[in-house]
Amino acid sequence: MTKVDTSRRAVAPRAPRTSQSGARRQYMYLTIGLAVFFFLPFVLPESAQPVAVRTLIFAIMAVGWNLMSGYGGMFSFGHAAFFGVGAYTVAFLLTEYGISPWISMIVGAILSAGVGVLIAYMCLRYKLAGSYFALATFAFAQMFLLIAQGAEFLNKTEGINIPLLPQESWVMMQFDQNSYYYYWIPLGLLAIVVAVSIYYVNSRAGQFTQAIRDDAIAAESLGINVMRYRLITVALSCAITAIAGAYYTQYYLFVGPEQAFGLHVSIDALIPAVIGGMGTIWGPLVGAAVMGPLSEVIAGLLRNPPPFLEFLQGRSGLDVAVYAVLLIAIVVFMPKGIFGTIRDRWRK
Amino acid sequence: MTPSTSNVLIHDTETEEPTRRAFVLSPAWKVSLGVTALAIAALALIYLVGDRADSLVTQAIVTGLLLGGVYALASLGLTLIFGVLGIVNFAQGAMLSMSMFIVYFMVSTFGMNTYLAVIVTVPIMFGFGWLFQSTLMNRLSGDSGHERPLLVTLGLSLLIINTLLMIFGGRPLSVDAPIEGSLRILGAIADYPRMIAFGGAVIVAAALALILKKSPLGLAIRAVSENNEGASLVGINVRRIYALTFGLGSAAVAVAGGLLTPFTSLIPSVGDQYTTLAFVIVVLGGLGSIPGAVIGGLFIGLLQTVGSLYLPGSGSLLLVFVVFVLILFLRPQGLLGAKK
Repeated sequence: MTKVDTSRRAVAPRAPRTSQSGARRQYMYLTIGLAVFFFLPFVLPESAQPVAVRTLIFAIMAVGWNLMSGYGGMFSFGHAAFFGVGAYTVAFLLTEYGISPWISMIVGAILSAGVGVLIAYMCLRYKLAGSYFALATFAFAQMFLLIAQGAEFLNKTEGINIPLLPQESWVMMQFDQNSYYYYWIPLGLLAIVVAVSIYYVNSRAGQFTQAIRDDAIAAESLGINVMRYRLITVALSCAITAIAGAYYTQYYLFVGPEQAFGLHVSIDALIPAVIGGMGTIWGPLVGAAVMGPLSEVIAGLLRNPPPFLEFLQGRSGLDVAVYAVLLIAIVVFMPKGIFGTIRDRWRK
Repeated sequence: MTPSTSNVLIHDTETEEPTRRAFVLSPAWKVSLGVTALAIAALALIYLVGDRADSLVTQAIVTGLLLGGVYALASLGLTLIFGVLGIVNFAQGAMLSMSMFIVYFMVSTFGMNTYLAVIVTVPIMFGFGWLFQSTLMNRLSGDSGHERPLLVTLGLSLLIINTLLMIFGGRPLSVDAPIEGSLRILGAIADYPRMIAFGGAVIVAAALALILKKSPLGLAIRAVSENNEGASLVGINVRRIYALTFGLGSAAVAVAGGLLTPFTSLIPSVGDQYTTLAFVIVVLGGLGSIPGAVIGGLFIGLLQTVGSLYLPGSGSLLLVFVVFVLILFLRPQGLLGAKK
């Protein structure tokens, strides 16, 4: 293993991604970002807070997806499976056993990592790659959806409601409806998750993961245990996605099969990362910041439409259609996403 | 895509000498005959030892086969596009919805006969597919990754469904079938619109196979699917062939959507369920194989209806996914796909 490192250093003495100063700078940006966004609820109108929270949930999911698919090169089309496991774990443990969501969030993350490793192991063991891997993950997410719809203990299609408490409680993560805590908690979770991915991407295991993504055969010939590092990446990715699911349940106080395992969840997990830039730390965050508020902006536009858009008043679908056009345009014309493209311009 | 999957379209025409072909079965056909025999044996077993009434089983089989024909029809475009372009077209279901709504529009606005509207829809969808491939997707070719085409078709799917939602709204709409009524087969009921759709599947599959094997365009398509660099060296405009193939695939989708319209309640997301099932069917039959799509469709249709005799709720659909994953793991080239 050490051989890999020395040869790498011999070839590229100042490889930017591996350097410790790179990671330090990323942590610094993260701290600054956290400090700035901490104060956002004070300036944001009250009606915009749910949008901000939803954007943060998107961002956590996208960071998770990005680890597996952007850095790991295992294109997942079924992250709803991992999101849903986190979401249902919180709901189930709380309603059945009264366990605090803080604890069940961790339980859900571990469970989801286990599920993810199992699925990924099966797919990788049978050498599924590219579209086949994507189709297999998609199939598993659909299976989970069907199971949740039919499972008595998960209330079938009705889903699980989280009982509303009469007073605020930190332990049960319930506050006044407009409490800023509902914003600060996912912000903190996002910061932790981003810090973890910065650490992981710059770590030895993360470097191996990227080497495997770029050329699995070459990596294997250098003595890297391809399966092990891929599964570690998957586990981390799934755990992060499950945290987004867990918080989703706790914020909306409800989870149902479609909300947890629906195809749109898998799509919501990948779109911010793709739009922002796959395989970069900040890409998913940029993507979420663009896509999250988008439907709200469009809805606002339609409430007071300019004359040429008047015919669209009261019509649904426009927000997702704009979403779709953005997705197509960025994939076709900016293969590296918004952040990736800007960064490349900057470096030149 | 793996190279082996992309040359499925041509594998059984050139492997054997013409004189020997009548006697030697290609491995793909052996597999499919085996599967058919297995399915018949399984059905016989259900008749003999299953604890369900014979009439129920017969009805399930008839319904399953008719449903399977519809599934096959919905999957033909997907398998063609995959076989030649190597693209997993995620917009398959949305394009199905789109053609259904075009039919609806023409029937409701011009009072056109439903099946006439289907015929008009075909060139429209051909043009749409051709335009999509030549303006957008061709920009991605030469790219080794599989993700970008998948993402663009995903975007197209969202775009189509939500545009339909904007234009037609979310309320279910319906189109009357010009031919009503049903036929009784061995005590089971089969209604005419579904039988017409089944017939459409057979005709479209035969037409696609004929185009691929006999026409100059088909020759060019096969050449491109075999080796696109070699094809361009001998003077084939690969991008043009890609666009025409996507157009052909979309035309097949148009027939499917059109023939589904009379017995489907139209909402913009109606095609979504077929996207999933078409993936299952096409993987089962071998990505890129036209007979595979037909056999896969029939198999999945039977699995779903006969399975629902014994499994509660959506259990039979779950069974379909289990089969899908097993096929992906154990025989990713599909039943009729060429072996690596």
